[in-house]
Amino acid sequence: MASERPLTQNIPTDGGVLSLQAYEQVGGFQGLRKALREMTPQQVQDEVKNSGLRGRGGAGFPTGMKWSFTPMGADAPKPKYVVANADEMEPGTFKDRYLMEGNPHQLIEGLALAGFAIEADVAFIFIRGEYKLSQERLLRAIAEAYSAGYLGHDILKSGYSLEMYLHVSGGRYMCGEETGLLNALEGKRANPRAKPPFPQVSGLWGKPTIVNNVETLSNVPHILEKGVTWYQGLSRSKDTGTKLYGASGKVKRPGVWELPMGTPMREILEEHAGGMRDGLRFRGVLPGGASTDFLVEEHLDVPMDYTSVQQAGSRLGTGTMIVLDDQTCPVGMTANLTHFFAQESCGWCTPCWSGLKWATKILDAMEAGKGKPGDLEKLSYLSKFWSPGHTFCALAPGAAEPVQSALKFFRDDFERHIHEQRCPWKS
Amino acid sequence: MGTIYVDGKACEANPRQNLLHACLSLGLNLPYFCWHPAMGSVGACRQCAVMQFKDAEDTRGRLVMACMTPATDGTRISISDPEAVAFRAGIIEGMMLNHPHDCPVCDEGGECHLQDMTVMTGHDYRRSRFPKRTFHDQYLGPFVYHQMNRCIQCYRCVRFYRNYAGGNDLNSFGITNGVFFGRDQDGVLESEFAGNLVEVCPTGVFTDRTLRRHYTRKWDLQMAPSICGQCGVGCNITMGERYGLLRRVVNRFNSEVNGYFLCDRGRYGYEFVNSEKRVRSAQFQGESVSGEDAERHLQTFTSGGKTLIGIGSPRASLEANFSLRRLVGKENFFAGVADSDGARIRKMVEILQAGPAHSASLRDVEQSDAVLILGEDVTNSAPRMALSLRQSVRQESFDTAQKLRVPLWMDDAVRELAQNTRSPLFIAAPGATRLDDVAARTYRAAPDDVARLGFAVAHEIDAKAPEVVGLSGEMRDLAHTIATALTSAKRPLVVSGPSCRSDAVIESAANVARALCESGHPAGLSLIAPECNSFGLALMDAHPLSEAVAMSRNDGSAVVIVLENDLYRRIPRKTVDNFFESAEHVIVLDSLETDTTAQAELLLPAGPFAESDGTVVSNEGRAQRFFQVFPSEGDVRESWRWLGDAAWTSLDDVVTTLAQEMPQLARVAGAAPSSTFRIKGARVPRESHRYSGRTAMTANISVVEPKPPTDPDSALSYSMEGTQLQPPGALQPFFWTPGWNSIQAVNKFQSEIGGELKGGDPGVRLFDSSAAGAYFNTVPAAFARREAEWMVIPIEHIFGSEELSLRAPGVAELAPGPYLALNATDAAKIGGEGNATEVEVEIGGVKQRLPLKLLPDLPAGVAGIPAGLTALRGEEFPAWSRIERMP
Repeated sequence: MASERPLTQNIPTDGGVLSLQAYEQVGGFQGLRKALREMTPQQVQDEVKNSGLRGRGGAGFPTGMKWSFTPMGADAPKPKYVVANADEMEPGTFKDRYLMEGNPHQLIEGLALAGFAIEADVAFIFIRGEYKLSQERLLRAIAEAYSAGYLGHDILKSGYSLEMYLHVSGGRYMCGEETGLLNALEGKRANPRAKPPFPQVSGLWGKPTIVNNVETLSNVPHILEKGVTWYQGLSRSKDTGTKLYGASGKVKRPGVWELPMGTPMREILEEHAGGMRDGLRFRGVLPGGASTDFLVEEHLDVPMDYTSVQQAGSRLGTGTMIVLDDQTCPVGMTANLTHFFAQESCGWCTPCWSGLKWATKILDAMEAGKGKPGDLEKLSYLSKFWSPGHTFCALAPGAAEPVQSALKFFRDDFERHIHEQRCPWKS
Repeated sequence: MGTIYVDGKACEANPRQNLLHACLSLGLNLPYFCWHPAMGSVGACRQCAVMQFKDAEDTRGRLVMACMTPATDGTRISISDPEAVAFRAGIIEGMMLNHPHDCPVCDEGGECHLQDMTVMTGHDYRRSRFPKRTFHDQYLGPFVYHQMNRCIQCYRCVRFYRNYAGGNDLNSFGITNGVFFGRDQDGVLESEFAGNLVEVCPTGVFTDRTLRRHYTRKWDLQMAPSICGQCGVGCNITMGERYGLLRRVVNRFNSEVNGYFLCDRGRYGYEFVNSEKRVRSAQFQGESVSGEDAERHLQTFTSGGKTLIGIGSPRASLEANFSLRRLVGKENFFAGVADSDGARIRKMVEILQAGPAHSASLRDVEQSDAVLILGEDVTNSAPRMALSLRQSVRQESFDTAQKLRVPLWMDDAVRELAQNTRSPLFIAAPGATRLDDVAARTYRAAPDDVARLGFAVAHEIDAKAPEVVGLSGEMRDLAHTIATALTSAKRPLVVSGPSCRSDAVIESAANVARALCESGHPAGLSLIAPECNSFGLALMDAHPLSEAVAMSRNDGSAVVIVLENDLYRRIPRKTVDNFFESAEHVIVLDSLETDTTAQAELLLPAGPFAESDGTVVSNEGRAQRFFQVFPSEGDVRESWRWLGDAAWTSLDDVVTTLAQEMPQLARVAGAAPSSTFRIKGARVPRESHRYSGRTAMTANISVVEPKPPTDPDSALSYSMEGTQLQPPGALQPFFWTPGWNSIQAVNKFQSEIGGELKGGDPGVRLFDSSAAGAYFNTVPAAFARREAEWMVIPIEHIFGSEELSLRAPGVAELAPGPYLALNATDAAKIGGEGNATEVEVEIGGVKQRLPLKLLPDLPAGVAGIPAGLTALRGEEFPAWSRIERMP
């Protein structure tokens, strides 16, 4: 079935970028035109709310609802901000990069629409430092959009003005957490903030702010241009629209594909990623990036949407899968992931800064043949220690997911490490 | 108030507070680290977790951080829930993964909040077998010792240092379990409040570097409530002693005065007490004599029918001054300060007594929502007040937060909302000040122009206040801006003081405060007193010092008695020399050798505050009692014992007589309970339960344990025996309670967290504002610079300008050297290119060479010299002088 791929179908296949002109030819900026000429900010918010769009950054929060918490009208504090979260640092995740490198104007248009919807004055694209090509192409695209009157003062003579800046971040996983991002954007440590107050009330420099993921924002122009019914029809499940799914690990064709929301995992891995490399067997998968629970063979037919993956015991997350094969050590993989989370802990709350480091030491010891009886109980304890609400933000609860699920599905492998005093995958 | 249910029990709680605050206020034990009563909640450490239940039916509950959860009416929580208990122990376990467990060699040991909380959670077994992370420590100056390996990453240090105290040279660096709290490189901490890190840090990362040199555990200290003697604010302190050596000073909570914090001069200036320059024995004509001999000489000199001239002191207690006054007779009692200084301070006292503005406590200062400072660099002249002023500018952001329903204890959220929103603070002073960074506007001008601005503001507010003629449009606008801000505020405050050596500045401040009150804006007024008992001396009807000099000269054979005062710091050297020469006998009482003690025929060793009891009056008009920490060695006695009536047997007798004879000081008797006060028949012990070595301390001399000294002057005992019940606030020797060994035990002594002590906040206010008095009508002419002369004014320095603390090695290390400051343009006029240039000034006929220092903010035509730090310290200021460049 050749489904529609609104976000990616116009991205040049040669690795090039869709120019402003080419973007306009395929309907680019029609959504913004329509919104500015025919709609009120409230109507734009309602349209996005009705579309059922949910955040593509990992948490899946309904986008329109997020916007609706912003104070509106003449009494609202000014300036208001919109921020595109392009800090894509979830291990295994490379979908936003694809969108920014191939179709930067789509993001700009989506961000401008979000800006209009909450009557924002300033927009930032907060991008991680390593995304050099995305930065170049976004900078050029922003300049083009200014020249064409899609940004800046009195956009398309609508009376609405929006300044847009690209902020190249030093880059930390914590900057992907929206309040950590806002702190970093203010020039502070990327520590998370307590919520409430939510950014819509007190965000960047204490002013109303919304932060949305790149893919989320890239959906918005199409919703505005083609309507809610069309958008809902793109999906194969209750969650609407398309989704950029990815696969990495030892599959034949790692990559990223835009598919209807709710495409089953097996279909993605077998038809699009080409199945496992020859001689390797599938053992498990992190369905939505490093901070989601492992799923295994029995879950392969789960539709990849928010509800179904959650029912299977994990999270859709970013929708980009990391596949574990039978010749890779699950303990080593868990250790690697935990290292990442420990290294990215901002150092603010005790369970995170202290517990994650402890977990890496336990996992490293097991990999080095120095595991001890009781280590699994400690890991299990730690993964509960990092439960939501125990920690200040979602980093450590995210780190807990691969650990707790690895212990569940690959317990024998962990125990072998301890009993044999070695990693069985190392010769 | 509302009701919350803690483990099934209904308790009263303030719904505007968080659950941690509520639980601690209820006296419950709930461990915490990152939360601080003065700094609010940030939710970092996760130590105060409790189970919260939706309603009476909910049995599962959910774990919440008490510090981040409002104590809303009807809230149901459990502290003892097994999951919460286990989680809290887990937090300690997490911290202990890296904490070095070096308690036996750590200065915090025995008064460590981390130790207390560890015991409270029950965590006692290490499950980790891995190495701990380590850090390099830094040199942070003479006051604060750094030992980063002990850190548990609660972030209190940076939150205090940066957010609360406005410092910017301490920060957090790095991530995960390797966050480093320090400076970008080794160096002296710049904040004048850095010493509070020692108490803010819940463990031994920041400890008292002065204590380290003569270390004693808290439980081994003999402690007494005292009052800081190093400026006029009257901060409450606890001093600790062992083996006759004063070991340290820590904060003593008083919700109206210093709250939880001290300045570094107050905390570290104490070391003068241990100085080698202490006067330890009586001297007669340069030879050491016994106390009995000294007493005999004193008797002979004072009873021989000669004219007695008594010189009082603003750094001695009311009781010491009163004893002298009684000995010499009230006609012969003189203020030991320059006439102009004395008159100015009396004027300040009269202004505060007359009202209508109320004399502001530091709590009032902190809660003011618009402030005008006239002529003071408060950080250097009344340091602790500057910390309160820094908090006052947050008032406006509190309004913003409340509108958005962000609770005020949500510290980071409130600060994020605030950004640069500040309540207006205006500073008019001759130079840059350390509060400029939070000021709405600053105005740098010569003292007379500062006063003119003040008068102009007063006239803007109330047309009945005198008008300032010849004001520039710019100044008129500024006055209008300030007047508008003050009259728009709910709690406006005016701050001024004597630093400019200008009566006009103080009168202008009084006019602003009066104008506010008379136009329906009840205002606070805070007038800075230069010394710890400046206001007390000013209330004692002492005659001007010049009259003493004249009396002695006319008499020719008078006996001069100088009480705890170095007159060479007060009036010109030649005048003092002549004064002493004209007298037949010069008797000096002091605790440290000074130029004045060198002139004494009879020198009597006086006990400093640590070795005395007495009362001082702060700039708020608060009379507060300090108590002897340890009995003096040898013949050192309290001044009032040397000078007092033979019939007096205790301090109570002095206080009673004082209250009878000086009605303006009658309330002083209420400053603290008398020596007969007992709790269930018992005294209040100066030593903790665990005071060790009592039987061994002097065993090298005799194995017979000496009887502890008795204290005739207070209800405190020199012993570990006594009541364990909470005494009245003024008698609280230290904060300790079972399970709470650190200074954070203060939680257990407050009526509500952050509120007054259960035994009442120490001190009694002497000033009631009334509606007496009138506007001051003499507006000075605008400052006119002179062609070849500069107006020289003293510049106050927190470290150096105060006499006694300068004798503490750490303070001396941070004191500036002598200098003469000019702005760059003026410096160029005399051909001075910068700090290397040497210049000469001549003041009062004394020529003095000083290195030139460029101070860009100094007004044209004005020069500055560091107060108390040059040989010109006794001269009258402001003074006009030529300034010559030396080859």
